[in-house]
Amino acid sequence: MSILRSVLSRQPAGQRVLPFVVILFGVTVLASLGNLLVPESSSLHVSTYTITLLGKYLSYAMLALAVDVVWGYCGILSLGHGAFFALGGYAMGMYLMRQIGDRGVYGHPTLPDFMVFLNWDSLPWYWFGMDQFWFAMIMVALVPGVLAFVFGALAFRSRVSGVYLSIITQALTYALMLAFFRNEMGFGGNNGLTDFKDILGFSLQSDGTRVALFIATAVLLALVYGVSQWILGSRFGKVIEAVRDGEARVRFLGYRTDRYKVWLFVYSAMIAGLAGALYVPQVGIINPGEFAPLNSIEVVVWVAVGGRGTLYGAVLGAILVNYAKTRFTALLPDGWLFALGALFLLVTLFLPKGLAGLYGQVREGLNRHSNTPATAEETTP
Amino acid sequence: MTAHPHSLELFRRDRVWPFLMPPEPRVDVSHQVILYVEGLNLSFDGFKALNDLNLYVNDGELRCLIGANGAGKTTLMDVITGKTTPDSGTVHFGQSIDLLHHDEARIAQLGIGRKFQKPTVFEAQTVADNLELALKTNKGILPTLFSQLSSEQEDRIHSVLHTIGLVQQKRLLAGNLSHGQKQWLEIGMLLVSEPRLLLIDEPVAGMTPEETERTAELLTSLAGKHTVIVVEHDMEFVRSIARTVSVLHQGSVLAEGTMDQVQNHPDVIEVYLGEDA
Repeated sequence: MSILRSVLSRQPAGQRVLPFVVILFGVTVLASLGNLLVPESSSLHVSTYTITLLGKYLSYAMLALAVDVVWGYCGILSLGHGAFFALGGYAMGMYLMRQIGDRGVYGHPTLPDFMVFLNWDSLPWYWFGMDQFWFAMIMVALVPGVLAFVFGALAFRSRVSGVYLSIITQALTYALMLAFFRNEMGFGGNNGLTDFKDILGFSLQSDGTRVALFIATAVLLALVYGVSQWILGSRFGKVIEAVRDGEARVRFLGYRTDRYKVWLFVYSAMIAGLAGALYVPQVGIINPGEFAPLNSIEVVVWVAVGGRGTLYGAVLGAILVNYAKTRFTALLPDGWLFALGALFLLVTLFLPKGLAGLYGQVREGLNRHSNTPATAEETTP
Repeated sequence: MTAHPHSLELFRRDRVWPFLMPPEPRVDVSHQVILYVEGLNLSFDGFKALNDLNLYVNDGELRCLIGANGAGKTTLMDVITGKTTPDSGTVHFGQSIDLLHHDEARIAQLGIGRKFQKPTVFEAQTVADNLELALKTNKGILPTLFSQLSSEQEDRIHSVLHTIGLVQQKRLLAGNLSHGQKQWLEIGMLLVSEPRLLLIDEPVAGMTPEETERTAELLTSLAGKHTVIVVEHDMEFVRSIARTVSVLHQGSVLAEGTMDQVQNHPDVIEVYLGEDA
C-alpha cells in the first residue's frame, strides 16, 4: 500500500516521536509500579492521589497539544478549545452516569438522579445509546468534530481570521456554558454529572482502575503525539505552515486553504474531546464550569509557556504550569490568577518561543557574546 | 448585474451548466489567443479602478503592461487570478474557460501562476520545501497528506534550483535568503508549477543590474512555451524584453504596440511619458 509506505518512510517524524514516547512511558511505568508494587510505608511509594494528578496533567497536555496544532502550526488562535474538551467530557460523563444504574440516591433503574429530581419520566433522545461504551466513545470524537466542522466551515469559508476568529471562539464556549447551565438541557444543570461508580465494570475508586486510566491516558497521548507529528511532517503539514505565514499566497499556489484549515480544526477538536473524555473519569465530575472562557485562555498560556509550534513544548508547558498551579493554589489560593497573568507577560516578553526555544535562545546569546559569526542559519524553527 | 447573478445564470440558454462541463477543461487556444479580457469595469467607492478594459494576449506571447500608479495594473491581475470580482465584464482563459466562475485556487490549478510585487516566499520553510509546495500536483487534502516526492518531481525541483541559481541554498530557510534570491525563489516557484500563463508583478524591483539582466534573459526564454505578462516600471527593462507593450491609463488600455510605437503615440506622450519630458 502506498499509504503504508508513506507512513513508514518519513524518518524525521519517527526520530522526533521516539524520545518523547520513551520519556513518557518511562515515567508512566515507574509511577505505576511505585503505586502498585511498592508498599505504602516506603518513601518510594507513589500515592493514588499523585497518580490521578499525573493522569489529569496528561489529559491537559493532550488538550494543549490540540491547541498547539491549530495555533502553533496554522496560526488559528482558538480561545474556545475548552468547549471541545468539555463536550468530550460530557459524552464520557453520560456513559458513566448510565453505568450507575439503580445505585443512585433515588434508585431509578434508568434515569440519573437529576432527572428524577426534575420529575422527568423518560430519558431525552440524546441520552439513548450512551450506556454503550463504544457508542459513547464515538460521540466523544464525533460531537466536537461535527461542531468544529460546522463552526470552521462557516468561519474559514467567509475568511474570518485573526482577532475576530479568537473572539467568536470565545463566544462559542461562553454560549455553550450558558446553555449547559440550564436544567432543561438535560445535562444536570450547574451540578453537572458526578457521583460516578464504575467504568467498564471496574470501580473508579480502586487503585488498579486509577492506574489503568493513567496508563491509558499516557498511551493515547503518545499515539496522538505520533499521529500529529506525522500529519505535520507531511506535505499537508507544510501547506498548513505556509497558510500560517501567508494564506493568500498559498491560495494562489492552487490550495483551497479554507478546507485545509477546517480539517485541521476538526482534527484538533477531536483530540480535545478525547482529552476531555480521559479527564472526567479521573477527576470524577464534569460541570458547565469547564466551558468557562477563562479555561480556554489558560490553555493558550500553557502552550505559550511551553513553546508554540513544537508539540513537546505544548505538553511540557501544560504539565509545568498545572504543577505550578497545584502548588501555588495550596499556598495562596487567591493569588493564582495574578501569578498566571505575570507568567504569561514574562514569557511573551522574554521567551517568545517558550521553554522549548530557551536552548536556541541561550546558544544564540552565547554566540553573540563570543563574537563568532552566527551559525544559527542551520537551525530549524 | 442583478442581486442574484448565480441564480439567474442557471437559466441562461446560451451556455452549458457548469456541473455538466467536463471536469478537467483543456485550455482552447485554437484561435491563438490565450487570454480574453472584455469590458471590465470595477469601482471601489466611486473610484473607477478598471474602466471598460479590453485586453487580448496571444498564446506564447511576452506582454508588458506599463502605466502610472493607480492605472489598474495590479487590479487587473487581481481580477484574472480570482482575488477580486469585477462589477461587469468577462475574462476567458482560452476560448472556453470563464475565469470569473472560479476561485483563486482553481484558477491556479488551471495553469495561471502569479508572482507578487513584494517577494512572498514562506520564510519559515526551506528553499526546497517552498518549491515542493508549488509543484504541479493534485492539491486536494488527502493526496497532499499521503504525497511523497517522486523521483521525477525531485528532478524537476533540482533543475529549477539550477535555473534560479539556488542549488547551494537548497536546505536553507527561505527567510535567510537575500532580497534578490527571494525574488528568484518566487520565480522558481512559478516555474515548478508549470503554468500556461504567468503574471509577473515588478520582477526586478530591488535587484542589482546583473540580477536584472539574468531575469530579462529568463523571462525571454520562457516566452513561447509559456505566455508571460509582466508589469514593470523600469523602462529600460521593458525595452530589453518586450515585443508588445500595453499602456494602461485610468483603468483602460490607452495604447498597444511595440515600445517605439507606444512611445510615439500622441496620447501616451500626453498622459504618461509626457510627464518625464
